[in-house]
Amino acid sequence: MDKNYLETIRNSKPAQFGILVFIFLILYFLIPQSENNYLWRLPSVLKGIPLAINNVIFNALYEWFPLKVWDPVFEMYEEKAAFREFTKAVSQGLLFLITVVRELLLGGDKIIDVFVSDSWLKENDWLSWPALPWTATTVGAFLLGYQLNGIRLGLLGGIGALYISVFGNYVPSIQTLSFVLITTPICFVLGLSFGIWGYLDKKVETALQPVLNVMQTMPQFAYLVPIIALFGLGDHAGSIATIIIATPPMIRNTILGLKRISPEVVEAGLMSGCTKPQLLFKVLIPAARRDILNGVNTVIMQCLAMVVIASFVGAKGLGLNLKIALNSLKIGKAAEAGLCIVIIAVILDRFTKAWADKQKDYFENLTFFQRYKLLIIFAISVVIFSIIAFISGGYFDKINYLYVIPIEKGLTIAHYIDGAVDWVWETFFYSLNSFNKFLLTQVLGPMKHAYLGMPVIATFTLAMGAAYIVGNARTALIVGGMLLFIALSEYWDRALITMYMGSFAVIMASLNGIILGSIFGRTERGGRILLSFCDFFETFPSFVYLIPVIFLFNITDTSVLIAAIVYATVPATRYTVWGLKSVPLSLHEAGTMSGVSDFQRWTNIEIPIAFPTVMLGVNQTVVFSLQMVILGALIGTEDLGQIIFGALSRTKDGAGVALTLGIFVSLIAICVDVIVRNWAEERKKALGLA
Amino acid sequence: MSPTISCDSVYKIFGANANKLLADSNGSVDAKQFQDAGCIVGVNNASFDVEKGEMLVVMGLSGSGKSTLLRCISRLTDATAGKILVDGEDICLMNNKQLVELRREKMGMVFQNFALLPHKTVIENIAFPLQVKGVSTENSMYKALEMVELVGLKGRENYFPRELSGGQQQRVGIARSLAVEPDIWFLDEPFSALDPLIRKEMQDEFLRLQGVLNKTIMFVTHDFDEALRLADRIAIMKDGIIEQLDTPGNIVLNPATDYVKKFTEDVPREKVLKIESIMDPKDTNASDNLKVSKDDIIESVAEKILNSKEIIKVIDPKDSSEVGSINPSKVIKVLFGG
Repeated sequence: MDKNYLETIRNSKPAQFGILVFIFLILYFLIPQSENNYLWRLPSVLKGIPLAINNVIFNALYEWFPLKVWDPVFEMYEEKAAFREFTKAVSQGLLFLITVVRELLLGGDKIIDVFVSDSWLKENDWLSWPALPWTATTVGAFLLGYQLNGIRLGLLGGIGALYISVFGNYVPSIQTLSFVLITTPICFVLGLSFGIWGYLDKKVETALQPVLNVMQTMPQFAYLVPIIALFGLGDHAGSIATIIIATPPMIRNTILGLKRISPEVVEAGLMSGCTKPQLLFKVLIPAARRDILNGVNTVIMQCLAMVVIASFVGAKGLGLNLKIALNSLKIGKAAEAGLCIVIIAVILDRFTKAWADKQKDYFENLTFFQRYKLLIIFAISVVIFSIIAFISGGYFDKINYLYVIPIEKGLTIAHYIDGAVDWVWETFFYSLNSFNKFLLTQVLGPMKHAYLGMPVIATFTLAMGAAYIVGNARTALIVGGMLLFIALSEYWDRALITMYMGSFAVIMASLNGIILGSIFGRTERGGRILLSFCDFFETFPSFVYLIPVIFLFNITDTSVLIAAIVYATVPATRYTVWGLKSVPLSLHEAGTMSGVSDFQRWTNIEIPIAFPTVMLGVNQTVVFSLQMVILGALIGTEDLGQIIFGALSRTKDGAGVALTLGIFVSLIAICVDVIVRNWAEERKKALGLA
Repeated sequence: MSPTISCDSVYKIFGANANKLLADSNGSVDAKQFQDAGCIVGVNNASFDVEKGEMLVVMGLSGSGKSTLLRCISRLTDATAGKILVDGEDICLMNNKQLVELRREKMGMVFQNFALLPHKTVIENIAFPLQVKGVSTENSMYKALEMVELVGLKGRENYFPRELSGGQQQRVGIARSLAVEPDIWFLDEPFSALDPLIRKEMQDEFLRLQGVLNKTIMFVTHDFDEALRLADRIAIMKDGIIEQLDTPGNIVLNPATDYVKKFTEDVPREKVLKIESIMDPKDTNASDNLKVSKDDIIESVAEKILNSKEIIKVIDPKDSSEVGSINPSKVIKVLFGG
């Protein structure tokens, strides 16, 4: 009898989970809250880590490996740290590139300054590169879209550019665009190189995985302070922060694409007599073209998602405008800048996707004019519109509307938006407020309290136990080790708050996603429509979600959580639809012939088969939720994010704090990832899908 | 004349300690024992020659090591031990540069799943081996067009692989492998991914091409009928070991092991065997009314022989000299057993 019992427990995961929760609850209620009790809170023996990181950074910047550098001003050799010189060179190189692109489009005299002396330039103030008139840019956007995928994409590009220009956002938009145009190629080259390296060398790939995991799950804010310390403030710093975020998906896509090439194709290349470089450039990279270009698309989307965050380290453009508007609570202006970012994101997204799908026609026999028709039209229109803009300069009084429309003179609907928000606010104040209050006092408050009241031993038991049940002893040790790192620091309580917000958002978003996906994703057409909605929402940079909620719910946990839930529902929905789609037709037919009802089909066939895929979606949801929760610090919450955010203003010793806390958030995400992924893998194996 | 391909005790063992285990085993490799040590035996002591112009078909079920053997000889994988001579040179000792040279000049290969480059059109795929070799665009395109015609794809040279049917894709694969005019032609289950009807058509096409080109061929298949149909000689593999290597006729008549026997049992002999394999020595009583060639397949002349009811002369088709005789009773035995 006894043995039988044990046997049942060994084979039943629900029973094991039941026991785990039981132990957890006992620990939860039995351990007294006392500062001296190590079962309640561990001592913060790792307090010194942030300082150590700071010391490493400063040592590298000012003392390590001094070089003798010739100082032309004082005409003498000076000792300078090599690393400092390196970061300086990187900063200046990047800044130069961004400036060149920016000036080519917006005009200015900085490029000319390179070729002539300062004083001569000052004397000749006519000497300035002219900006591209917005009219020409609009035509260019239309033509490019037309070339890539016909008239509809052309109209998208043209109308988008027209809107941006007429509403006076031309200058900041081009600033943002120039930022994207420089950052994307760098991410592309870095991502492609590391991707190829990882593909060629298994050891490199294994080494890259954890690094990429941390880079992708670490909140963006955490990079900012170290970047300021290393590279200073400016557009280049924003670009570097973006490169750190946007390169990992490019690396992953490259490796994925290369791995997907059938080994036979590689062998065919070898048997055709390819040398190693030929194999790489003529067989491997072209064969993986689609995945690689999808990587480029992701990079661009990441760049745009980063513009607001990059503005914290000095990047100019729409992001900065949006940040300023948000700070002064001008919702209408913020919405307009946000809309411009969304427009640019949608245009670039569709353009790069069309580019990825475009097949080259090798046997076209075209004359020079046919081949370059659109380019020639563009060149002509640039000339014509420049002349018009030049001539009309005399006609308009101060502002040349056919050249560049400045932001304060552009059309605006900001006050209508403000008005609408005010109206909503006044009309629904009581219901919104009471909902907000209810959520805060009845749900979120108690939940937060419960998380904070969790003895450290109980947290560890729960996390490591879950990891052990779905995985093995090794999984449990990995999870335990990562949590221990956080628990031994002085930020455990903050981490608990982050966990509370994160888990609330994850649970709600997953439920939303699974329900939405299950309602609409069960038919072919519904699934398609839902997926295109997901595509649309995914092009929104993360902070755009914050704009409406702040106004509805003020600066509270509610706002951040609602933004996080909406944001994270997207991946949960997407993966649910994918999972439902993966149910084989034969199983559906078998179900139908067994006479299942609709609900039985859902619970007995669809959900079990789709489960591993849905879990991968939940995994994404965790990353998305945490990103938004940390981003919430932008408007004020009191979790880890707030301290990371606060570190921004402590440039001297902030770098270590921000990095440490960033890694903590990343560790939380990775812990959940380890558990969820193991679970999904195990289900897959059980279903024979792996 | 030395054989075009010559393998001497070739081993391929997958796994971390393969070399050490092999050195310890003194050449007698037991697959089970190696498996317990964490290694998988791909090819186990393969020794054979392929003469110039000969077609050797390597036949075996999946996991028998047939593709691995082929990849050792093309050096897509490195053999663990043994000598592989191509035109008298040991390819296992070649460096990367020599290997590229060898493949550019002497080898062509066709793959099971076609392995066409998805981003290149038909003609670009076929011209690819020429272009990596450094042939000018004009010359390589000219040569590739010739190949397109040879495999009967004229008019489709600008299609992309995804726009072609399986059979057409494999024609491209064949054309590509022949573009550099190699002496040695490797085919790795080239028709396995095709429908039965298309497969038959492609086999005919293949025989036609070989009639014109007369290459030295190693052809891998899991289909025994295909092997019988195409081969000069067949090597039957199981668990990395070549169980039997002989002409189709001898394999059907005298299967060396029980394993080989299982394949041959259901084979209709009259459709496979040539007169040669059942003929008797020259007989002075043989009738002069009818002569059959020693290369005739029994089925094709059975009716004639049985109708004649006499002993019939067998001649060599090359010089019409008499080489033996055939008794109708032998034909009856083949047709009806006993």
